[in-house]
Amino acid sequence: MKPLLRVAELGKRFGARTAVADVGFDLYAGEVLGIVGESGSGKTTLLRMLSGQLTPDQGRVEFTARDGEQLDLYALPEFRRRLLMRTDWGYVHQQARDGLRLAVSAGANIGERLMAQGDRHYGRIRDEAIDWLQRVEMPAERIDEAPTTFSGGMQQRLQIARNLVTRPRLVFMDEPTASLDVSVQARLLDLLRQLVAELQLAVVLVTHDLAVARLLAHRLLVMKDGRVVEAGLTDQVLDDPQHPYSQLLVSSVLQA
Amino acid sequence: MSGPAAGYNFGYLDEQTKRMIRRAILKAVAIPGYQVPFGSREMPLPYGWGTGGIQVTASIIGEDDVLKVIDQGSDDTTNAINIRRFFQRVTGVTTTTLTGEATIIQTRHRIPETPLHEGQILVYQVPIPEPLRWLEARESETRRMHALAEYGVMRVKLYEDIARFGHIATTYDYPVVVNNRYLMRPSPIPKFDNPKMHRNPALQLFGAGREKRIYAVPPYTDVVSLDFEDHPFEVQRWDATCSLCGSADSFLDEVIVDDAGGRMFVCSDSEYCQRQREAIS
Repeated sequence: MKPLLRVAELGKRFGARTAVADVGFDLYAGEVLGIVGESGSGKTTLLRMLSGQLTPDQGRVEFTARDGEQLDLYALPEFRRRLLMRTDWGYVHQQARDGLRLAVSAGANIGERLMAQGDRHYGRIRDEAIDWLQRVEMPAERIDEAPTTFSGGMQQRLQIARNLVTRPRLVFMDEPTASLDVSVQARLLDLLRQLVAELQLAVVLVTHDLAVARLLAHRLLVMKDGRVVEAGLTDQVLDDPQHPYSQLLVSSVLQA
Repeated sequence: MSGPAAGYNFGYLDEQTKRMIRRAILKAVAIPGYQVPFGSREMPLPYGWGTGGIQVTASIIGEDDVLKVIDQGSDDTTNAINIRRFFQRVTGVTTTTLTGEATIIQTRHRIPETPLHEGQILVYQVPIPEPLRWLEARESETRRMHALAEYGVMRVKLYEDIARFGHIATTYDYPVVVNNRYLMRPSPIPKFDNPKMHRNPALQLFGAGREKRIYAVPPYTDVVSLDFEDHPFEVQRWDATCSLCGSADSFLDEVIVDDAGGRMFVCSDSEYCQRQREAIS
């Protein structure tokens, strides 16, 4: 089996400062990779490079298309890359407001990707939107309401539905639960876990919350100062951290 | 006809400016629907009153041209009268209200009811040329979307209309695709006029003065209005006919005639209405 995403020697500098250096990993379909580390460790820069939003200075990002073709992300013509971003990929922002169109209804938010793909049938788009609202456990009768009338947790669900409607195979998540309170977080994590398993999604999950990482991620990368200092299975990294920084990170978590 | 007023170049603009605008127009005609940037000038009327249209007209008008100016279909409202008199003074060309006799028709928000013919030029005044502006605020991004023909999201607005009102409630400035390629805003004409743009034998030029853009639809070019398969594009229909001429197939304005709620429907195109009435009597 070919990896869905293959990353090699990825690096980015901002002026004299190294933001990310020498990151490499393979990601397979159905696998959730967590990237943990403190603020400023290069997590978000790495995620933006992986998702085609920031051109790296070094290294390659390769994605395996549905037909098996190996695509070098930054050698692709721009329109192919943008097509990937709105069909085969999803991107869940930390703030739902960054990932939603606030001026239009929930239904239009979910339907946008379908329309961008050229679906020209209103009834079909609407049925699909209702279906996805239900799958993210939102009441279908709120389909015509604006996202601004929703609670934070519901906005985040809507954002997830909006991304998954085109059945992407790879989803990037940037702290998807960070702005929610704990009980809402728990329900959202539950939902994410279920969707990931059901749709065989590959996920790159950036988080600073080790509990979220333990619940969702199969494997972990621990980043510090732009480098991966430890990589391995989630339980292995969290229960038996080898690198001094990972040990510090794990021991910093308060026990409730 | 008398010549232009002393002290002004023919058509108000200097010859270099006209050449610059003509180059933009030529490019616009070569790429139907594409918005060509141009160096818009200050004109002796405020932005929003037709500075784009007036610059386009000024740069294409010649001594033999016959000019008609309409505002919401009417030849005798302030905007139309002022622009017509402006060109009379700075060019000395013949003006007319007859659609069939005009070679250049500058218009604000209507296409005349009388079908246009080859050799005529229709000049639109455009307030906001960018059809994607409602969905995307960044100019750099809208240009990229045009370049890559990423127009699917434009239907989000139509979707929202149907979700809210049960039908596509956009009635003017209804987005169209020109020549199967560029998404275009037809300026705030009623969608009633959209079908008239399709394969029109006249040349259609669009000038946006404040936004500094010119675009064009060459004669006999496909212009298709966006829609959904299950909610096809439709134009407005009225239960009434024109109270003055009885026309049943023109665009009607509703006019309040007294303080007791009395109202009548009349043709928006005053010249067409006049000729219909003459034909009856």
